[in-house]
Amino acid sequence: MSRRSITALGPPSAGARALKGLVLTLCCAAVVVPFVGIVATSLSPRAEVTRAGGFVLVPKQISFAAYEAILSGGVVTRATLVSLFVTAAGTLLSLVATTLLAYGLSRPGSFAHRPLLMTVLFAVLFGPGLIPSYLVVKSLGLLDTYWALLLPPMINAFNVIIMRSFFLELPPEVIESARIDGAGDLAVLTRIVLPLSKAALAVIGLFYAVGYWNAFFSALLYLNDSGMWPLQLVLRTYVVNQTQLGVDQLGGGAGLPPQEAVQMAILVLSIVPVLLVYPFVQRHFSKGVLIGAVKG
Amino acid sequence: MTVPTQTPVGRTSPPPHGSPAPPPAASRRPPWWRRLAADRVLVLAALPGVAALLLFHYLPWLGNVIAFKDYQPYLGILDSPWVGLANFAVIVDGDPQFLNALANTLLITALQVLIVFPAPIALALLLDSLISERLKRLAQSILYLPHFLSWVIVVAIFQQMFGNAGLLNSALRAQGLATIDVISNPELFKLLVTSQVLWKDAGWATILFLAALARIDLELYEAAAVDGAGRWRQLWHVTLPGLRGLIVLLLILRLGDTLSVGFEQIILQEPAVGRQASEVLDTYVFNHAVLAADWGQGAAVGLVKGVLGVLLVLGANKLAHRFGERGIYQR
Repeated sequence: MSRRSITALGPPSAGARALKGLVLTLCCAAVVVPFVGIVATSLSPRAEVTRAGGFVLVPKQISFAAYEAILSGGVVTRATLVSLFVTAAGTLLSLVATTLLAYGLSRPGSFAHRPLLMTVLFAVLFGPGLIPSYLVVKSLGLLDTYWALLLPPMINAFNVIIMRSFFLELPPEVIESARIDGAGDLAVLTRIVLPLSKAALAVIGLFYAVGYWNAFFSALLYLNDSGMWPLQLVLRTYVVNQTQLGVDQLGGGAGLPPQEAVQMAILVLSIVPVLLVYPFVQRHFSKGVLIGAVKG
Repeated sequence: MTVPTQTPVGRTSPPPHGSPAPPPAASRRPPWWRRLAADRVLVLAALPGVAALLLFHYLPWLGNVIAFKDYQPYLGILDSPWVGLANFAVIVDGDPQFLNALANTLLITALQVLIVFPAPIALALLLDSLISERLKRLAQSILYLPHFLSWVIVVAIFQQMFGNAGLLNSALRAQGLATIDVISNPELFKLLVTSQVLWKDAGWATILFLAALARIDLELYEAAAVDGAGRWRQLWHVTLPGLRGLIVLLLILRLGDTLSVGFEQIILQEPAVGRQASEVLDTYVFNHAVLAADWGQGAAVGLVKGVLGVLLVLGANKLAHRFGERGIYQR
């Protein structure tokens, strides 16, 4: 926008612009450089890793051995599949329940509108504690099942509020004319509201998907069986806690790539899905979806 | 886009909110079963989500009764014996571990409010002042990204940068300099945690400030320029007042979270630096209740923490109203 610099005063001085450029470059480098290093290390053969002392920024040779090792059917492969399943199933559940709830709250003055809305609003402000949540999951018999990862975070009350304020801002004339043509509440939802809300669905869907994909602690708390672990927990064990990954944990038998490369390959694997979805959703971020929530 | 904030999706417009005299409509209001029948689709649509909230958001509040019990997992919540306020003794008597966790929590919160809170405001001003729209978008795409990474990933990335075999120390070693222990140094832990939050969320937090900046009336800047205000005076007299409402709102929400600092982030790094430096209230609850099986005590601390959090939000909101701001709710 930069509207201020153009309108009121002339262009900023050269010194100010240089300083701005420098600060911005440093901020962006702080994000980009680690990514480059992680990908580079994951692609490095042993000689490169040893030469760099562990973390490679610019590899001279490239090897995909680390990726072959983790993707050929060991612990990491299984955990990746678990994470993909939990993310897909969870996002679907969450998006359906959130959309329905937001739609149910989208007509002020409808039956029980106020108490239902209050139920959601209070949930935004006051989250449940760790211990009581654990006890509820336990007494429902959900421990050691994937339901424990899917059901408790199914409704994020804040996402409901965002979605609802998006619905409230849809043009009323369109809905009105559908009603005159005889559409009921259900038809209005499926034929008018949903097609007009693709941006909101995409962004809220991304929020949920990222939440399920990134969840680490709920799995630690609710799943005792390490065979059920999602990728984030594997990442914690073998990368953050530096537990050695042996031939037993990796699939296939083709020699062991350097530990550092394997660790960084797991890290890359955990970041890639986020990177893949991000560009498609990013353009919707500032398009009123979130801003609507702040206004209302 | 100019949008009315309260346009219903429905066919009938609701009585105008806050208008003084709607009673005649109330007497003609159809009986509840008629209204339920008319709105059945909406109510049915809301049910699954509301049920999930009741089950996993509200029901746990009842579970807090174990704060007043000697909870034994094999006896269950109902049959465990009542112990009155015994579980709260750690708080009242000032158990050293509890006080340590409280002190760590407050210190980390203070650091984050001082360092992490203002950063996105400065960054948003910087982004907003960029003239090239493409450059701005590129910078935003890069800076928003870390927000979407998990804490496990962020902690792993910081290890790769600052760990013993990480980028920084490899470079120092290559230059023949002494290495710096950043990752497992208890003294640096609170700064490390703060810089991780900064790295992860400062970029994303600009999104709200950028939206607020875009809503400031351009004529205000023009008028200020006519009055002879330079860049800094415009920032002080036009821009910052334009952001005030949002800053107050976010500060209130942050204040409500005073007692909860990055649970996942800290539990992940506890093994590296030890409990003395890293334990905060949330990890204290987890370590005592789940790991040491002292359920009642953990729940007691968690309950006090939750209640204080609610009071902090309400208190901060009251304060905001006193200063003439909207806060999180009106009235």
